[in-house]
Amino acid sequence: MNNPINHVNHEGRKVLAAAENVVKEFKLSGNIRRGDLVVHAITDVSLNIYEGETLAMVGESGCGKSTMGRLFLRLLEPTAGTVRFEGRNLADLGEEELRHLRKQMQIIFQDPYASLNPRMTVAQIIAEPLNTHQVYGSHKETEARVKELMKKVGIRPEFTNRYPHQFSGGQRQRIGIARALALNPKLIVCDEPVSALDVSIQAQILNLLHDLQKEMGLTYLFISHDLSVVRYISDRICVMFLGKLCEVGPTEEIFREPKHPYTRFLLEAVPKPNPHLRKEQKAFLTGEMPSPVKPPSGCRFHTRCPLATERCSQEVPVLRTMAERQVACHMVNP
Amino acid sequence: MQNSDILTLNNQSLPPDLGLPPAEDIDAELLDNETMWDRIKIMLRKNKLAAASFVVIVLMCLAAAFAPFLTPYEPNKTSLKDRLAPPSREHILGCDELGRDHFTRMLYGTRVSVMIGLLPTSVAMIIGTVLGLMAGFYGGKIDFVIMRLADVVLAFPSLLLAMVVSYTLKGGIISIFLALAAVKWARTARVIRAQTLSMKEKEFVEAARSLGVKKSTIMFRHILPNCLPNLIVLLTLNIPESILDEASLSFLGIGAQPPSTSWGLMVFRCKPFLFEYPWLAIAPGVAILIFVLAFNFLGDGVRDALDPYLKD
Amino acid sequence: MMTNLAANRAADRITDIESGIQGAAAQEMLVIKDLKTHFFTQKGVVPAVDGVSIRIPEKQVMGIVGESGCGKSVTAMSILQLISRPGRIVGGSIMLDGEELVGKSVRAMRDIRGDKVSVIFQEPMTSLNPVYTVGRQVSEAITVHRHVGKQEARQQVIEMFKAVGIPEAERRFSSFPHQLSGGLRQRVMIAMAMVCQPKLMIADEPTTALDVTIEAQILHLMRRLEEKSNTSIMLITHNMGVVAEICDFVYVMYAGKVMEQAPVFELFDHTKHPYTKGLLNSIPKPTEEKQRLYNIKGMVPNLLRLPKGCRFSPRCEYAMPECRESEPELYDCGKNHKVRCFLYQKGQGGGADE
Ligand SMILES: Nc1ncnc2c1ncn2[C@@H]1O[C@H](COP(=O)(O)OP(=O)(O)O)[C@@H](O)[C@H]1O
Ligand SMILES: Nc1ncnc2c1ncn2[C@@H]1O[C@H](COP(=O)(O)OP(=O)(O)O)[C@@H](O)[C@H]1O
Ligand code: SF4
Ligand code: SF4
Ligand SMILES: [Mg+2]
Ligand SMILES: [Mg+2]
Repeated sequence: MNNPINHVNHEGRKVLAAAENVVKEFKLSGNIRRGDLVVHAITDVSLNIYEGETLAMVGESGCGKSTMGRLFLRLLEPTAGTVRFEGRNLADLGEEELRHLRKQMQIIFQDPYASLNPRMTVAQIIAEPLNTHQVYGSHKETEARVKELMKKVGIRPEFTNRYPHQFSGGQRQRIGIARALALNPKLIVCDEPVSALDVSIQAQILNLLHDLQKEMGLTYLFISHDLSVVRYISDRICVMFLGKLCEVGPTEEIFREPKHPYTRFLLEAVPKPNPHLRKEQKAFLTGEMPSPVKPPSGCRFHTRCPLATERCSQEVPVLRTMAERQVACHMVNP
Repeated sequence: MQNSDILTLNNQSLPPDLGLPPAEDIDAELLDNETMWDRIKIMLRKNKLAAASFVVIVLMCLAAAFAPFLTPYEPNKTSLKDRLAPPSREHILGCDELGRDHFTRMLYGTRVSVMIGLLPTSVAMIIGTVLGLMAGFYGGKIDFVIMRLADVVLAFPSLLLAMVVSYTLKGGIISIFLALAAVKWARTARVIRAQTLSMKEKEFVEAARSLGVKKSTIMFRHILPNCLPNLIVLLTLNIPESILDEASLSFLGIGAQPPSTSWGLMVFRCKPFLFEYPWLAIAPGVAILIFVLAFNFLGDGVRDALDPYLKD
Repeated sequence: MMTNLAANRAADRITDIESGIQGAAAQEMLVIKDLKTHFFTQKGVVPAVDGVSIRIPEKQVMGIVGESGCGKSVTAMSILQLISRPGRIVGGSIMLDGEELVGKSVRAMRDIRGDKVSVIFQEPMTSLNPVYTVGRQVSEAITVHRHVGKQEARQQVIEMFKAVGIPEAERRFSSFPHQLSGGLRQRVMIAMAMVCQPKLMIADEPTTALDVTIEAQILHLMRRLEEKSNTSIMLITHNMGVVAEICDFVYVMYAGKVMEQAPVFELFDHTKHPYTKGLLNSIPKPTEEKQRLYNIKGMVPNLLRLPKGCRFSPRCEYAMPECRESEPELYDCGKNHKVRCFLYQKGQGGGADE
C-alpha cells in the first residue's frame, strides 16, 4: 500500500478507522449578490483511530468535532479525501455493503432528549438495530437480547414497554448506549455523551462506558469539550481548531506538556475544582473565534496566537510527527 | 490543607453496582407518564367548553348514523296537506314547502354534512401527509414540484377552485368530495413538510440512519408518528371548514342535489320563506353554526393540550 | 506564586464576612430567611424551595451549587419576584438592602428589577430581543430607571461595553444579537445587568452554554466587576470548578434545601456533607489512575415524593437509622461552616472527617 497511512502502524497497532486528507465543506445558500457561501468545516484532516483505544477529540464548539465523527461513520460524505474502516474505503462501498458495515460502527449522542424517538418504547428502540439487520429469527430471541442489553447498561428489564420521557436524562443516555451496543460494534463515536448530565450522573455514565470498553473491546472516538472528562477516559487526544488538527498525542503527555499554543490556552482555561489553584491573572485567549466561512490564511490560529510571526499568516503549518506526538505549528517542535 | 477527606472517601470501597437505581427512584420518574391521549383526556376534564363540544359532535354523529330510528317520517315523502306547516307536536320543526318533515330532513342532512366534513378531509389529509413527508424527506426536485403545486392550490380561493371542479363534474355529492379533497391537501402538505424538515434534523433520525434503517422505514416509523399532534390539530380545523364549504357550495346550488339534502342545501332552499317561515332556514343554519363552533372549540382545546408536543 | 495572593485576598474576605455577620446587619446586601417557594401542580405540591436562608454581604461573590432540579433557579426567581403560576412564595422573607421584597407590588418590583437587582441567564440569545440592536436594549435598561437623555445613555452604554471588554464598542452598539458570538452576547447581558450599578447581580449558570476559553474570560470579568463596583454577585452553577474559581462563599443545595454552607476555602478543604463530598468526588481528577470514578448512586428525588427523614438518605453512604426518621437541621461547625447532617450534630464528635 502506498497510502500515507498504513493499515497497521509502525508499532504494530491495528488501525480501525482512518481519515486521509479529509475535507468537508457545507454550502450555505447566501444572497444573490455575493453568491453561495462555503463553510470550511473540516480542512485536510488525517487521523488514525487504533483498535481498542479511546481517542478523544477536543476543541471549542463549531470547530468540526461532530462533523468529523459523522465523516468516520459516513453519515456525511467527505468533499475530498478518503475515510477508511478496517482498510476499506467507505466511498467504494455500495448501499447494501455500507448498510452491512454499519453494524460495526455506532454513535451515541449528546442530547438524551433528542436522540430517542419519543413515540417508540424502550424495547422498540433497542430492538430496532436487531430487526433492521435481522439478527435473530424469532421475536423471542430479540426480546431476550433486548432485556440482556438493558441489564448491561443498568436499566431495569421490566421497563421494556415504557417511553423515553418516563426516564431521566442519565437513564435515557443508557438507553442510547444499549441501542449502540446491540449489534456488537467495533467503533463507537461518542458525541459529547455526558455534556448534558450532572456530574454525579456523568460519573455513572463514564464508568459504564469504561466497563463496556473493557468487556467488549470497544474502540471509542470520544468527542468532548470537557478536558477533565477527556483526561479521565482517553488514551490519546486530538485537539482541533477551526476544522484543522493542532495537536495529537497520548493524553498524559499532552496534559503534562502541551505544545501547540492553542492547546495550552485550552488547558489553562479549565476551571479547577480547587480554590488554591486560583490565579489572579490567567493567560486568556483574546480575540474572537474566526468564521469558518472565511478562515484566516496560513495558520488558522494566527489571529489569536501570541507566538504568531509573519510566516504564520502566510504558510499553513503541517502536522509534523515525532514518535507518538504530532503538532501543527511553525514555532514548536513536536 | 488539600482535600484530604475527599481522598479518603475515594479509597473506601466504591458502591458495588453503578447499575440499577433503586426502584423507588424510577417510580418517582413515572409520575410524568402522560401520553398524548392522556393530555387530551385531562384537557376535556378541565375545559368544559371543549368537553361540551365533544359531546355535541358525538351526538350529532350518532343522530346522523341512527337517523331512521329517530324519526317516524321518510325524508323524501311529500305531503300536500302539511306544506309549510308550523312546528307542532307531530312535526317539531314543521314541514317544508313540499310538506316533508323538516326535522327528519335535517337528520338525514346531517349524514351528508358530517360525511362531507369527514371523508374528503380525511382523503385530503392522507394525500397531503404523504406528499408533505416526501417533499420534506427527499427535498430537491421532489420537494420543489410538490410545493409549487401546493402554492398554486393555496393561491387560488379554495371555494372558487372547488366550484370549478364541482361544476366540471356536474355537481352532486361525489363532485364535492373530489373538489374539497383537491383543494384541501395543500395546507396539510405544507404543515407536514415543515414538521418533517425539523424532525429530519433530530438526532434519533440520525441514529436510525447510523443503524442502517431503510429510508421508507425512517419516514413512516420515525417521522410520521411525530407528526400526529399536528395532524390532529389540522383535522379539527379542516373538518368544520369542509362543512362550511359544502354549505356554501350547496347554497350556490352546486353542492348536494335534490332530492338528497344537506344543511347547506336546506338553508339555500328555504331562503325564500325566511320572513314568513323563519324556522325553516334558521334551524339548519343554527345546526351548521353549532357543529362548526363545536369543532373549533374542541380544536382549540386539543391544540392547547398538545402544545408542548407541538413545540418540540 | 499567584496562589498566595489569591489565598490572602480570600482570607481577608472571610474575616470581613465574619465580622459582617457579627456586626451591623446593614452590611448585608441580601438576607433571605426561611424562603419557601412551592409549585401547586395537578400532581401535588412541589416544594422547589423549602426553607432556604441565604445571606450575601456587600461585595461578595456568593455561589449556589447543586445538581439540576435542586431549586437554584427558583430561588433566584423568587428574589426577583418572577415566580408565576402555579408557583407561589408561601413563606419567608427576602430583604434586599434592608427592603422587604416578598409581597411587593408588581409595579414596585418593576422599578427594583434592573435597578437594584439584575439577572443574567444561561442562554443570552433568549434574553435578548432579536429585532432590536443590543445598544438600544442596554440603553433602555438605563432610561427606564434613570432620567437621562438618549445621547447620555448611549455614552454610558458604550462605556459599559468597554468595561466588559467588548471590542469596538461603538460599532457593536448598533449590532443585532445574532451578529454577535455567544461570548459577546453574554458580555452584552452582563453590561445590561451592570449598567445601573445594581446592589445585587444574579447570574444563573452564566457560563454553562459557553466554551471553556470564553467561560474563563467571563468569570474573570465578573470577578473584576465585583471588585471595582459595589455589586454583590449571586452565582448559580452546577460546576464545582466555577465555584472554586471565583466564589467567596458557597451554599450547596439539594432538593430545595441548603445542605452545607461555608467560605469557599473551608468548603473545599474541610468538606463535610456527604452530598458535597459526592459532588466533588464525581469530578474526574487527573491524579487518579484509570480506575472507576466515584459516583453518587441513584438520582435527585422527585420533589413530590421526598424520602422521609434526611432527603439525601437514599443516596447517602453514611446514612444511619435516625437519618430515615427525622430531618437534620443546619448544625454549626464553627468557622462559619454549617452542615445539614446528623454526622455533625453537637455531641456527635464531628463525624466522618475529623
Ligand atoms: N449541515 C450543515 N450545514 C451547514 N453548516 C454546517 C452543517 N453542519 C455543521 N456545519 C458547520 O460546520 C462547522 C462545524 O460544526 P460541528 O462539526 O457541529 O462542530 P462541533 O461539533 O465541533 O461543535 C460549524 O461552523 C457548523 O456551523
Ligand atoms: N413551573 C413549574 N411547575 C412545577 N414545578 C416547577 C416549575 N418550575 C420549577 N419547578 C420545580 O422546581 C424544582 C427546582 O427547579 P429549578 O430551580 O429550576 O432547579 P435548578 O436547581 O436546576 O435551577 C424542579 O424540581 C422543578 O420540578
Ligand atoms: S503556526 Fe504560528 S500562529 Fe499557528 S499556532 Fe504556531 S505560532 Fe501560533
Ligand atoms: S443526615 Fe444521614 S443521610 Fe443525611 S447526609 Fe447526613 S449521614 Fe447522610
Ligand atoms: Mg458538536
Ligand atoms: Mg436552573
